[in-house]
Amino acid sequence: MSEPAATHVRFQGVCKSYDGTTQIVQNLDLAVLEGEFLTLLGPSGSGKTTCLMLLAGFEQPGGGHIEISGRAVDDLPPRERNIGIVFQNYALFPNMTVGGNLAFPLEVRGLASDEAAERVRRALQLVRLEGFEDRRPAELSGGQQQRVAIARALVFEPRLVLMDEPLGALDRRLREEMQYEIRRIQRELAVTVVYVTHDQTEAMAMSDRVAVFNRGRIEQIAPPEALYEEPEREFVAGFIGENNLLRGRVSAITGDLCTVDFRGLAVQAFAVAGRSVGEEVILAIRPERVALTPKPGEYTNEFDAKVEDLVFLGDHLRVRLNLGGYESFVAKIPNIVGHGAVLKGDSVRIGWTPTDCRALPADDADAGMAA
Amino acid sequence: MTERVASDGASPPRRARAARWRAAGLTLPLLAFVGITFIAPLGAMLTRSVYDPTVADALPRTMALLAEWDGEGLPEDGAFAAAAQELVSARAARSVGQLASRVNRIEGGTRSVITRSARRLATRDAPARDTAGWRAALIEADPAWAEPFIWRAIRRAGERVTPQHYLQALDLDRDVGGAVVARPEEQRIYLKLFARTLAVSLGVTLLCLALGYPLAYLIAQAPAHRARWLLLLVLVPFWTSLLVRTTSWIVLLQSQGVLNEALVQLGVIADNKRLAMIYNMTGSFVAMTHVLLPFMVLPLYSVMRGVPPSHMRAATSLGATFPQAFRRVYWPQTLPGVGAGSLLVFILAVGYYITPALVGGRTGQLISNFIAYHMQQSLNWGLAAALGGILLVGVGALYFVYDRLVGIERMRLG
Repeated sequence: MSEPAATHVRFQGVCKSYDGTTQIVQNLDLAVLEGEFLTLLGPSGSGKTTCLMLLAGFEQPGGGHIEISGRAVDDLPPRERNIGIVFQNYALFPNMTVGGNLAFPLEVRGLASDEAAERVRRALQLVRLEGFEDRRPAELSGGQQQRVAIARALVFEPRLVLMDEPLGALDRRLREEMQYEIRRIQRELAVTVVYVTHDQTEAMAMSDRVAVFNRGRIEQIAPPEALYEEPEREFVAGFIGENNLLRGRVSAITGDLCTVDFRGLAVQAFAVAGRSVGEEVILAIRPERVALTPKPGEYTNEFDAKVEDLVFLGDHLRVRLNLGGYESFVAKIPNIVGHGAVLKGDSVRIGWTPTDCRALPADDADAGMAA
Repeated sequence: MTERVASDGASPPRRARAARWRAAGLTLPLLAFVGITFIAPLGAMLTRSVYDPTVADALPRTMALLAEWDGEGLPEDGAFAAAAQELVSARAARSVGQLASRVNRIEGGTRSVITRSARRLATRDAPARDTAGWRAALIEADPAWAEPFIWRAIRRAGERVTPQHYLQALDLDRDVGGAVVARPEEQRIYLKLFARTLAVSLGVTLLCLALGYPLAYLIAQAPAHRARWLLLLVLVPFWTSLLVRTTSWIVLLQSQGVLNEALVQLGVIADNKRLAMIYNMTGSFVAMTHVLLPFMVLPLYSVMRGVPPSHMRAATSLGATFPQAFRRVYWPQTLPGVGAGSLLVFILAVGYYITPALVGGRTGQLISNFIAYHMQQSLNWGLAAALGGILLVGVGALYFVYDRLVGIERMRLG
């Protein structure tokens, strides 16, 4: 992306509630760029699928507006939005052949049958199912059905494609293969894809950007690396990968860093929040960034801990530590030649750099997630 | 553990077989029930439609002698003697009435000839007669015995296995030579009745489909709590007596009924031109459709519930209008339900009895009403059985055709 891409889809203050009291989607703002692969990631019930249905036009927003290519679509019925949709269970029509399924959107658009046949052939070629025109969906494997569903969502050449957990029904190996395939097709056609999943690995592997949903809100929207390395919210830190989440109080501030008091330990952290002394913050430290028995003085943050438990996992050692009375502090120690043997009950020294330790705002609504 | 099993005596496969037999034994009451209440009566009915030993049992010697008769002129004297003697014994055994009715069905007017002759022969204290004497006595008892037609009637009635009932049920008969011919115009009733029954059943089926499909669709689309209530409303008629439901239509549709009164009051029709909506074909039609509607709605609903809502959504997202999506995606997927409901309603309608009997009047009677008539009034069970047999074959054929066209395994009843 050398020049900034245009906005393809825009949500402005969109709200949705089915019963009038529970807000499924709350005051949502979201911009999807032209040609972008954006994933809506979140636990079930977080409102991500509802967002997709609102965009598709199957649901009407209770408030706010949705724009597609700069045009408000609030009054546009689904069939006029020209959006390709891949449904969770594919929704292939069992009474038609694969060719019939693919030709359906072309026929209802009044396309001549020979041109339709050519487009169907090309779409099948795109998903590598050449010659499958006369098969019935029931005769296909799950992965093949998936490919047909994708081909059908693309055959009428929409610029925007929505996918609702399309890989949920596949086994792991096939899922990885399809992740790659979907990404390849998206790049080849340069279509905008809005993809819904609850699987963070999938989101990480495929997306240009990921929007993390929680309770009808977007917690953070960022490229996968940034989401992992620079979480800005406690929920994101806990949801993406693994993090030690420690609740503490800011005792001093120095530039971008702050000192947080955690059970009497003074921890240096990167201040995402924690801009005032006395503020409650959540410290997020990745287990793989914790070093065991560092050289003295190597890290600003160095503390004594006791090994509560350890599990050998081949490429790494998973150590549960007691840090200042907090017994669930986890460190992942890579299995590389020369690291000292640790035993259960050992007293060890651990350390990490302040930039690997982020002080996030303590969201009381998410208190359950806090350590 | 495995050792214990092996040392238990019986080998595992044998024990498994014994267990299977025990399990199969549990279905014995069911098999007995089906056998006694379903297969046996059906078999008896089909047997009765072609097998009638009444005359053959009562007049064995006569039948043996008539077998050699060429059917032209009169039989030999021995047949007269045998017939006269066997009529006397039949009268003593009180079977002469049945015998006479049976012969009378072949040839009208022979009932009185036979019963009268039997009475006269038995009451007249006859001296020992020779063969010629018996012949004279029989003709004296009734001059009809001197005509060949009565002998032909007896001979035909004496066939143990006879196509007679089926021929009659199809408005056919056999002429003197035994060739199958159509009955005279004024005697043909059953073919017309079959045609009427099929037409009414087809009409009722289509009407049920036209009314039931939107209803089933509505229920299938409704949210769960409302679908429960709607389904309950469909089922309520099942818990009401059929008689009550049928007679309520009388209340509504009769000439002094609610509908006619309302129309007269509103000035839509004149008082002396009230609509005849009951005790005729219209009555049968309306009441049967009402009674059979649930049998259409339930299979349809069950199939519609199985069509994922995402299919219609997918179709609209692909650019289809609702009619396009419905015709191309939804309707084809509900065909198994349409087939099941239609087959069910049609089969039930073809054999429907009580509703046409109550509200059909003269013109709304169907084949079942005539089966009942022959069972209860005319006591011609053979003909009733033949009519029933033809109905059974017709329904079987329909089932076969359905299986060929749609596949019976695709049918879902609920």
